[in-house]
Amino acid sequence: MSDIKSRVVSIIIDKLGVEEAEVTTEASFTNDLGADSLDTVELIMEFEKEFNIAIPDDQAENIQTVGQAVSYIEENAK
Amino acid sequence: MELKRVVVTGLGALTPIGNTLEEYWNALLEGKSGAAPIQQFDASKFKTQFACEIKDFKVNDHIDRKEARKLDQFSQYAMVSATEAMADSKLMESEPNTDRIGVIWGSGIGGLKTFQDEHENFLKGDGTPKFNPFFIPKMIADIAAGHISIKYGLRGPNYVTVSACASSTNAIIDAFNLIRLGKADAIVTGGSEAAVNIMGVGGFNGLRALSMRNDSPETASRPFDKDRDGFVLGEGAGALILEDYDHAVKRGAKIYAEVAGGGMSSDAYHITAPHPEGIGARNVMIEALKDAELAPETVDYINVHGTSTPLGDIAEPKAIKQVFGEHSYNLNISSTKSMTGHLLGAAGAIEAIACIMAIKHDIVPPTINHFTDDPEIDNKMNFTFNKAEKRTVDVALSNTFGFGGHNTSAIFKKLK
Repeated sequence: MSDIKSRVVSIIIDKLGVEEAEVTTEASFTNDLGADSLDTVELIMEFEKEFNIAIPDDQAENIQTVGQAVSYIEENAK
Repeated sequence: MELKRVVVTGLGALTPIGNTLEEYWNALLEGKSGAAPIQQFDASKFKTQFACEIKDFKVNDHIDRKEARKLDQFSQYAMVSATEAMADSKLMESEPNTDRIGVIWGSGIGGLKTFQDEHENFLKGDGTPKFNPFFIPKMIADIAAGHISIKYGLRGPNYVTVSACASSTNAIIDAFNLIRLGKADAIVTGGSEAAVNIMGVGGFNGLRALSMRNDSPETASRPFDKDRDGFVLGEGAGALILEDYDHAVKRGAKIYAEVAGGGMSSDAYHITAPHPEGIGARNVMIEALKDAELAPETVDYINVHGTSTPLGDIAEPKAIKQVFGEHSYNLNISSTKSMTGHLLGAAGAIEAIACIMAIKHDIVPPTINHFTDDPEIDNKMNFTFNKAEKRTVDVALSNTFGFGGHNTSAIFKKLK
C-alpha cells in the first residue's frame, strides 16, 4: 500500500469507525462505508489537513470512493 | 376539556455522585459530596480549581465511538441518562405509537466545549475558516432532544428549553402540560449540562459566582451556612419518562409518582441577582400550588434551589415563609446541591428525581456541610442539615431559578 493510501485509509477508519478490510479501493463513502453528507465533508477536510492541500468544492464532489480520494491526492499533494 | 393525569414511569441519572439512578439515590442518602479538584483541564491558574465532575465514565461503554464523536459531552450525558430512563420505563417494550411520544429536554448552555474547541482551532490557523461540519449540530442546545428522538424513533413534540438553571424544570413542566392536554402519550424529559471546561469555569469565575474554597472542595457547597462563598459547578444529566396515567396503567407500567403541578414566573429585577425579597420565588411556588390544587400545608418536602450563594440562600427561605407561613417550620427543606454541586440546566432534572425518590421511599435527603448558622436565615426552619431524615413524603416541591430571573417550581405527589 502506498504511503498516501495508508494515510487515507487510517483517516477513514478513524472518522467512519469502519474496519480496515472494508476500506477497499472501490468502496464508496456513502454507499459502502456508512457516511452521511456531513461525514463526507469532514473526510475531505481531514484529507486537506493531512496532505496540506486545498480541495475546491467542485472537485470534492467527484471524490466519492477511497480510490478517487487516493488518486486526487496523488495528483495534487506537493 | 378534561385534563389528563400525568405520572412518572422511568428515571435515569448520571451525576457527580453516582452514574445511575440507584447510585445517585444512595449517594444522596449517604450525604456524599461530588466535589474534587478538576480533572478535565489544567485549572491551576483559575480562581476555582475544583468542581463536581462525573467520575469513572467512559463514553464508549455507552455510545458507539463513531456516534460519540459527533456528540458534545452534554448530548452524551443526555443519551446515557435518557437510555437508562427508557429502559427503566419499559415503554418501548409495549410497542407504543411513537408518533405520540415526544422529547422535551433542558440545557442551559449546550455544547460549550465544542464551541471552545472549534474557536481554539480557528485561532491556531491563518484565518482561513476550517470549521468541522459537525460543529454547529454538536454545539446547539436543542440537539440533545434530536438525538434522543432519533435513537428511539420518537416523532412527537421535540425541543429543548433554555432558561439557564431553570431549564430542565421548564422542560418537565412543558412535558407535563403537553401530556395533560392530550398532545402526547409520553415524553422523555429532563436535562443535561457539561460546562466544566475553560470557558465554563472561567466564565462563572468572572461573574464571581463560584466558591473558591480550593483547600476543601468537598465542604465548599454549603447552602445556608454562614460561610458559604458561592456555588460549586457540577455536570451531568437526569431523565424522566412522563406518561399519561391511563396509558401507563394500560401497559402495566411501574409508577413512581404523579406530577401534580408546575409554576413559572420571572423576577424582572436583575440579570443574575435574585430579588432580595424573593418575590419571583414566592410567586412561582404559589402558582405551582394553585396549578396542583394543593394547599401549602400538604407539602412535606421542598428541594430548594439553594445554590450556596450569599444572596440566593437568603431570598429563597424568605419566599418559603411568605408562601407556607407557620407550615414552613413543619416541612423538610434540603439543598441536594450541597452534594451534587450545581448542574445548571440539568439541576431541575436531578432534583425532580430526588423529590420523586423521596416520595417513593419516604426519606428526605440532607443538606450537607452545615457548620455555622447564618443569623440572616431563620434556622427554626428544618433544612435537613447533614443527615437524611425519614418522614412520610406525600407531596414534594422542587424549585429552580435561573440567571435572567427565570423561576420554576414543579410539584410531585404520591399516586393515590
